[in-house]
Parts: sequence; C-alpha cells; structure tokens
Amino acid sequence: MTYTSAEMMTVAAARALGNDDVCFVGIGLPSAACNLARLTHAPSVTLIYESGTIETRPAVLPLSIGDGELCETALTTVSVPEVFGYWLQGGRISVGFLGGAQVDRFGNLNSTVIGDYARPKVRLPGSGGASEIATGCGQIFIIMWQTPKSFVGQLDFLTTLGHGRTGRERRELGIRTRGPTLLVTDLCIMRPEAGSNEMVVTSLHAGVTREQVRDGTGWDVRFGATVEETAPPSAGELEVLRDLHARTAAAHGAAGAQ
Amino acid sequence: MDAGALAVAIDRARMEFLSLSEAVARFVHDGDAVALEGFTHLIPFAAAHEIIRQGRRELTLIRMTPDLIYDQMIGMGAARKLVFSWGGNPGVGSLHRLRDAVEHGWPRPLEICEHSHAAMANAYAAGAAGLPCAFFRGYRGTDLPRVNPDIRFVRCPFTGEELACVPALRPDVTIVHAQRADRRGNVLFEGIVGVQKEAALAARRAIVTVEEIVESLGYEGANAAILPAWTIAAVCVAPGGARPSYAHGYYTRDNAFYIAWDSIARERESFRAWMQTHVLHAHSLEPELGA
Repeated sequence: MTYTSAEMMTVAAARALGNDDVCFVGIGLPSAACNLARLTHAPSVTLIYESGTIETRPAVLPLSIGDGELCETALTTVSVPEVFGYWLQGGRISVGFLGGAQVDRFGNLNSTVIGDYARPKVRLPGSGGASEIATGCGQIFIIMWQTPKSFVGQLDFLTTLGHGRTGRERRELGIRTRGPTLLVTDLCIMRPEAGSNEMVVTSLHAGVTREQVRDGTGWDVRFGATVEETAPPSAGELEVLRDLHARTAAAHGAAGAQ
Repeated sequence: MDAGALAVAIDRARMEFLSLSEAVARFVHDGDAVALEGFTHLIPFAAAHEIIRQGRRELTLIRMTPDLIYDQMIGMGAARKLVFSWGGNPGVGSLHRLRDAVEHGWPRPLEICEHSHAAMANAYAAGAAGLPCAFFRGYRGTDLPRVNPDIRFVRCPFTGEELACVPALRPDVTIVHAQRADRRGNVLFEGIVGVQKEAALAARRAIVTVEEIVESLGYEGANAAILPAWTIAAVCVAPGGARPSYAHGYYTRDNAFYIAWDSIARERESFRAWMQTHVLHAHSLEPELGA
C-alpha cells in the first residue's frame, strides 16, 4: 500500500503513545498523531488540549486548539489558568507533543523569529504553551519536516528548551523532566544519545538513505550504533488515519484537513 | 463604593445595559490598555469592530492569542503596543497584519511584549487576585527573558527554587463575549471558558457583549462560570458578536473563514478593502435594550 511522508510521520509518532499516557496535544501533526493512537492501539490515551479540554475524544481533528468539538467530547473543560497550573505545572501530563520552525541537535526549538528578534526577517507565532510544556511534561515528542532550513546548527532564537545549547542544561537548571526523547521526521526517527543528549538517528523510514538524512540536516548528523528501519504504516493504520482526515476535511471545508 | 477604600484600582460603576457603540464610546479611550479575551471561543469581534469604527488610537492590546481580532485592529492602526503569547492564525499559519507591523512597521510600528501562555494566564489570575505579580515554574532555559524585561526570576523563600515572575495584567478595560445575561446583568459563560473570568476581574472596568438577554440564565448545577452584574460596567446585546469565532450552544466556529482570512489579510490592499466593506461601512450591531 502506498503512503505519503506525512502519513509515515503521523503513524510513527502515534505508535510512541500508549494507553497510560496523558498527552498535551498541539494542533497539526501532533493532533493527528494523538488521535490516530486513540483510534488504533491506545484507546485509553488521555488527550488534553491547552484550551482546557481534558480527556477529549474528537470525531474530527480540530482546526484550532479550541474548536467546540474538543469541549463537546471532553470529560471536563477547565479554565486556561487551571490547565497550565494544576494540570501542566502540577505534573499531571506524561507526554507533550511539539514542533517548531527550527530544531537543533539537542532538540531545542525556535517558534519565535527567523533573523534578529528586534528586526526579524520572519515573525513566527511565538511560544504559546511550548515554553512550559517543554519542562512541565514528563517527556517531549517532537514532529517536524526535515530540511536543512529547519534542522539547523544554530537556532535564531531558543523558544523552547530541549536539552539546552550544551545538551546538559536541563540538569544544570534543576529540571527533573526528561525533555525530548523522540524526534519524528518525514525521513527518520531520532532519539537522544545517552550521555551527550544529542539527537541521533535510530531508525530510517523505509526507502530513505543516510545520504538523504544528511542532506536534510543543517548539522553534521550522527547515526546510532544500530539503525533500524521504521515499519511502514499498516493498512489498518492508514485506513483509520485517512478516514479521520476525510471527516476533518468535510467538517472544515476543503483546505482545513491538515 | 469608595474606590479609595479598595486595595486595587477598580472603577466601581453600576452595571448598565448599553448599546455597544455607547459602551465603547464611554469606556474605551485612546491610549488605554485593552484586553479583548476569549481563548479561540467567544472572541468579542463585534466589540473590536466598534472600536475600529470609532477610530481609537494608541491602544495597548493585550491578548494571549492575537487571532484575527487583533490582526484587524493592528492592521487598522489602532495599536501602539501588543502584549501576547501566541500570534498565529490557528491551524492556518501567519497573522499577516501582525507580521507586517512587526517586520515592516506598517501601518505603524508596533511595540511588542511577548510572553508564554502560562505567563499570561498566571498574570491575568494575579491581576484578578489583586497581586502585583505572578510566580510560576516557567521560561527556564529559553531566550524570552533576554528580550522581555518583564520576565524576571525570584527564589522561593522556602525551597530555594528559582521561579519565573511576571507583572500582573491589569487592563484599563477588558471586553469579553458571553452566551447570555439575565435581566439584572449577571453573565454566564459556557464551554471553553479560557481566561475570560480572570481578564474581566483583573480590569478596572469590564464590558460584556452577549448573544441574548434572558429571564433566567438556565444553567444546570451550582458551578457555572458567572460574572455577577456588579463586577461589570456594561452589558451589550450583540447577537453573533463572536463571529467568526463561536458561541458554544449558539453557532460554531467559522473555520472556513479563518482559512479564507489568510488570503484576505496577506496583502495590504485586500485587507483594507475587506475592512472597508465589512467593518467600516457596516453598522454597529444595534442593541435591543432589555431584549
């Protein structure tokens, strides 16, 4: 069965979630991955969106973080100060899903500016919940498209702490949560190397070469001692994901699907 | 009540049912710090359009997610400064008018004060609680404290833990949209309640636009989100006043419009033309006083 890179990414990320996870969900690929997990192997996974919707089970993917669908299908909906206070800062969330415009070798993210902060070339949306999700959740999964422009040697701005600019900053700052443990791209899966915390390639998606990964990475990317091949999406996973996107497109009108 | 007897500055005024145009004329002034809140849900677009029509200038706009509502106000030149934590079009992409203001100073330069969501949420809660600042576990290891002098750190006197500290948000005026008010002006919010209650109670004065005025608020249970009439300066009837955002139980979010906004707002000319037709030449939603 043929599949797209986006489908491979979404499926690979979904597989990392389990029934016991309590997941803080962002819009876009993270939301698709979390709901795919819920609709396949992890029906009991708990999804929380920063709009305060707790244990939500949307039938279609929301376009925004606060679509009515999320509230209508949630166990309960709390205020935004409460979701960031009692639930995120309170240590109730096991996994946070993040992305950004740029990521570096230690899983630090930039979603603030390209160029100089005071006179940016591109003004990006900013932190939103990300700065505190990165330190409040038990661990962080990152999903991003892999290009040399987005996988950079030096971030223009550090919006969201991964393992820090040295790889050791979490411990130095007294942060007890694990930070980025998984980076899923359209080409591969990376995980932090023990000791250095540098994100290294641990699995290549089917048909992807090491050369493609090197070409897509703005730093001198390294490969783990063993590199697996990511299992392609199964027919079952693809069917559920495509149904979800079809329902979503119908609900939002055309372009809203992704 | 004598405001001088209160620990924090709140303009005590008896709630009045006003038309939206009169409420904006009386309570929103040039140079004010204004929060039009609503986390994706219940965004008070009708009120923003009235502020634009009345030509308010030099505003400090405060909002977690500037959304289309502040993209419009910024693009029309109403704002001097923006306090925010996430400035995108949710699920779609950029806010082009915000970007044009920050990147090119069009139609005028925009000062920004940038936070994270947790900081803004805590800062509103601190404002509502009458505190000067908020503490929380945040911003660690990020570059934001380097570019925002309002982000500082303090040490917990009990554990020694370093905590982020930001000033409380105390808008001159907060405007929120709600489903309904009763005839006394008590207001009910349902669904995603966001930071509306905190933002309203943090402000010197609050304006609430509502879908309708009803005999009874008609909620089940004892814990619904209600703002008592005596915390509000004005209640204005504005049916559809949150569109293209939504009012849970009344109408859904116009996701197709949020997608369409990307091309409307991408160029200055198409933006200005849209605003001319749909805001400047449109009439204020006329109130049905007392319903």
